This record gives sequence, structure tokens and C-alpha cells, in this order.
Amino acid sequence: MTQALTVQNLTAHYGTTKVLEDLSLSVGSGELVSLLGASGCGKTTTLRLVAGFLQPTSGKITLGGKDLTRLPAYKRDIGLVFQNYALFPHLSVLDNVGFGLKQRGVASAEREKRARAMLERVGLSQLADRLPGALSGGQKQRVALARALVIEPPLLMFDEPLSNLDAKMRVDMRVEIRQLQRANGTTSVYVTHDQEEAFSISDRVAIMNAGRIMQLDTPETLYQRPANAFVARFVGFENLVPLKVTKRDGASVTAQTRDGSQLALSQDRFGEIPDDFVLAARADGLAVTTDAKAEGIPATLGLRTYLGRAYQYQCETAAGTLVANGALSMPQEPGSGAKLVPVPDQCCVLKPE
Amino acid sequence: MMTTRINPLLILFTILVYIFLTGPLIIVLGASVSDTTYLTFPPQGLTLRWFENIFEISAFRRTIVTSLELAILATGLALLIGIPAAYALNRYRIQLPTWLSTVFVLPILVPEIVLGFSLLKSVAVGASAPIFATLLIGHTLLVLPYCVRVISASLASFDFSIEEAAISLGSRPLKTFFTIVLPNVRSGVIAAFILAFITSINDVSTSLFLTGPGISTLPIQILAHVEQFFDPTIASVSVLLMFLTVAVMAIVERTLGLTFLAK
Ligand SMILES: Nc1ncnc2c1ncn2[C@@H]1O[C@H](COP(=O)(O)OP(=O)(O)O)[C@@H](O)[C@H]1O
Ligand SMILES: [Mg+2]
Repeated sequence: MTQALTVQNLTAHYGTTKVLEDLSLSVGSGELVSLLGASGCGKTTTLRLVAGFLQPTSGKITLGGKDLTRLPAYKRDIGLVFQNYALFPHLSVLDNVGFGLKQRGVASAEREKRARAMLERVGLSQLADRLPGALSGGQKQRVALARALVIEPPLLMFDEPLSNLDAKMRVDMRVEIRQLQRANGTTSVYVTHDQEEAFSISDRVAIMNAGRIMQLDTPETLYQRPANAFVARFVGFENLVPLKVTKRDGASVTAQTRDGSQLALSQDRFGEIPDDFVLAARADGLAVTTDAKAEGIPATLGLRTYLGRAYQYQCETAAGTLVANGALSMPQEPGSGAKLVPVPDQCCVLKPE
Repeated sequence: MMTTRINPLLILFTILVYIFLTGPLIIVLGASVSDTTYLTFPPQGLTLRWFENIFEISAFRRTIVTSLELAILATGLALLIGIPAAYALNRYRIQLPTWLSTVFVLPILVPEIVLGFSLLKSVAVGASAPIFATLLIGHTLLVLPYCVRVISASLASFDFSIEEAAISLGSRPLKTFFTIVLPNVRSGVIAAFILAFITSINDVSTSLFLTGPGISTLPIQILAHVEQFFDPTIASVSVLLMFLTVAVMAIVERTLGLTFLAK
């Protein structure tokens, strides 16, 4: 896949506050990459740097091989879709969509034809003469999408485009956005703080924290094989247990929790295990057992909740409170002792933070 | 069934407010058509000769023109400075220090009479600037805070991502300002124009020190006139001033409204 957008070692400041640090990212031609992270982690800043509304302190941005870093925003040819739609309130829907073509000197007849065709594609041809104020949120975002797409930009960027819509509309719109993006083969960067949204529409997702990309991978990899504790926690690994290797014997490793209980793990099943590591597991990844011979993390069971497919327990251990699931056939009483056994395919071995 | 009884006190207050608001207008209007040689209300007889009289007195003719020129130029200048200032204050609100927007309100806090006097000392006497120029500076300073304030209020609700959307679509920043930002703060600009115009054309305090031999403004001339005469001419001048103001407001509404609406 050829790289359309590359961002190299981008650092950015607001005044003296550093908001992005050494951020690198590349987006393949026709690919949709999401920037996912909590509010304030620098997603919008990244987008504004690429769009040219902010200047980086250092770093380089290229699009289709062309260096954009010092190019003014109006020359960058990037389609933008904003959270609050940012339609021109004083122009009709048709003129909103035609605006970019007008700037490119497209004659008015041709402009209208192309704008109408684009409105047709987003299903709004009958609203062409309305003012934006007379549209619903979903309709506004479709107009914004049409306005950005009609100039056939080499790069399309979205900043939380669905945040102002209701839940049902969000799901419909994200499917629509993805279909249009696929059909046009438009290289896209999509910013959101909603994990489900990011995972559902992206080819790859960059999980961000405090101005850095923590991991950039396919949704499947992120979900199953987080590369570090931050990403693990982000994608729902509730349990992070720090462990130390005490004995190695070929592929089998004995690790010790802080309170000294031993755990046998096989490198064949858990992957390579460093001397110091963190075992990450969702509730499904720790099985509750009362078998005294089992090797697991000793725990005192607390609150039990019924999940339908299993019971879930809050477990007090030396590594803090962990969440683990137990079989429906053997409900355990709160207060009883048990062991939490890591399930190989459901756990990840991570480097300590 | 429940009935809403309107408090009679409330009705009384409402009537009083109407009387206070319209009373002076009615009295001045009445006095201006009175066929007497002194100001009186209710009018005795009916005549338009006091209106004719305005134009027979050359001082009135000249000062009406001066006041109009001054109000239009000062308002224009204040908008020319005020619109970009208000834009910058709102666009870069986060980056700019907070005291900066206060600077533009300072002239409101300074008593107008002090503004006039200090301009007299520094510009008229100090720099020996022509009288009209000094008046123009005075009036521009007088109305600038209102322009900045009113347009700022309008820009405060303007979403600047709209401007960025236009730029991302290939519109140059300066062009974007005129085609996207300005049309959306049109009502603020019109309000600022009207407020500034009325302030300027009615101003006495600032102008008092700045008028000089041969050049005066209408309100100052009215003041000079009542010191000597007590005939209904000044009532008719007041009526004329009122109608002039309303006419300018209507014209501004119309022209600004229309040009901004045209794409
Ligand atoms: N104009 C600004 N001036 C100063 N700091 C800002 C400005 N805009 C954003 N920030 C700060 O920069 C950080 C990143 O912001 P942003 O990129 O908007 O985050 P996100 O879009 O991920 O929520 C935040 O800590 C935010 O407070
Ligand atoms: Mg943001």
C-alpha cells in the first residue's frame, strides 16, 4: 500500500505547554485511520496541524509525497468534517456544497451539477435550497460530508463528527461514512473518543495518550494483543497483575506474585515472558477455581454478579482487587477462598509500565 | 375555573413607562408646530414656519451638514478600526491577555467631557490640528467602544470552525473574512453603526471643547441658540434631528442588509 499521509516526529506546543510529543503516523492510500483517546490527549491538535491551522514546533507532514509542513491551510486541499458541522449559516445547502468548487474556479453550471450529484449521494437532493438552520443534526452532517467530498480531496479528516448526534443516528452515520469513504477510496483520518466507533469503521486505530501514540494497529490486534499496559486498560483488560520470574525450565516459567504465591506459565502458550512483566487479563481471562492443587493467584471472593454466561466475582488479592469469571455450575459464596487461573488465549504478557 | 387577574399596579406602571417614553417626543413635536413666538405645549395654532426658519438660519444649515458628515465619517472610521479589533479579540481570545479587551471599553469609563477637554489640549492646541479633524478624532474615540462592544457580542456567538471550514475548502483567509465571517455578524455591524451614529450626532460633551470658529455641530448650535432665543425653532430642529436619525437607521438597515444578503 502506498503511503498517502505521513506525519514524522511531530512536536507541538500551545505557548509553553507541550501537547504533542514526537508523534509519527502514516496512513496508506485509501485507508481510514482513527485517532482514539480520552478528551485532551491531542487528537484535535494533530488534525489541526495536518490541516494547517497550527504550526508544529518540529516535525514534518507530507501528503502524496508533497511536503505540507509550511503550506498555508487554504492550499492544502484537505476535506474537513467538524463535530459541530460548521456549515455556512447564510448559504443554502447547495451553495454550501458548491463552496469548495467555487474556490477552485469551477463554472457555476458545472458547480451546481456536481454539488447536486453529491447531495444525491448523501440522500439530500430534495433539501438543496434550504438554509442549514432548517436541517436536523444528521442532515447537517451529511451536508458537511458532501461539502468535503465534492472537492475530491486526497485526504479527508473527521473530528468527532458524530458526537452531536443521538445513539441510533451515530450508528447509521458511521456506516454511511465508511461506505462513502470506501466507495471513493478517500484516504481518511478519523478522530473520536468512542472506542466502538473507532474500531467499527477503521482499517487501523491509533490509541493516543497525553500527546503520544501508544499503539497503532488493526482493531483486532489492539483488542487481542495490546502492546502495553495503557492500551490493555483502554481496551478493557481490567486485571493487570505484576509478576516476577523466579525459575525458568525450557518453555515453562515459574512466576511469583507480590505475596509470594507461585504461578506456572508456559511460554508456548503465553508467548515470550520477560523476567519482569505484567499479566493482563479481562474477567474472562482469569478463571475462578476452588481446586486446591491449581496454580493461580490466591484470592478471597467478594461480590458476585450474574452475567448470563458466567458469574463474575470481585476478588481481593495481594495484587489488589481483580475481576474474574467463574462457571455457572459452581456458584461460590462471598468470603470463600479461591484461586484465579490465567487462561492462556485470553491473557497478554506485557512489559511493566 | 382559574382567571388571571392582572395587578392594577402593573398596568399603572406600564402606562407610566409609555407616558415617560413618548411624552417628551409628543411635547417636542407639538411645540415645533405651535404658531407662537415662544415654546409652548399644547401647540396654539398650526404652522410649519419654524421648520422653514431652520433653513433660514445659516448656522443651522451649516451645522446640520457638519453633524451628518461627522457622524458618518466617525462611525465609518470606528467600524474600520472596530471590526478588525473585535474580530481579533474574539478569534484569539485564548491567546490574548484578558486586559486587552478592557482597553477598548476604557473610553466609555472616561467622562466624555474629559475626553473632549484632553483632546482640546493635546490635539487642537498641542498639535494645532484643524477643527474638523479634531472633532472627527473625538467622535471616533467616542463611538469606537460601542462598535467594538456590539460587534464583539455578535462574534462571541460566531463559531470560528466555520471560518476554518471555508479555509480548508480553499478560500484565502482575507476573502473568508468578507464572504463568511462578516455576513454572519451583519446584525452586529448594523447595530454598531446605528448606535455609533446616534451617539455621535447627539453628542454635546465631547464636541463642546472641540468646536471652534466657523465649525460647530448641531447639538452645540442648538445650545447656542437657546441661550438667545426661546422660539419653537429649536423644537423643530429637534424633530428634524430625530427624523434624520431614523432615516439614516432605515437606510443602513436597507443597504447593509441587502448588500450582505447578496452573494
Ligand atoms: N488553543 C489552545 N490553547 C492552549 N491549550 C490548548 C488549546 N487547545 C487545546 N489545548 C490543550 O491541548 C491539549 C490537547 O487538546 P486537543 O488536541 O483539543 O485534545 P482532544 O481533541 O484529544 O480532546 C489539551 O490539554 C488542551 O487543553
Ligand atoms: Mg477534540
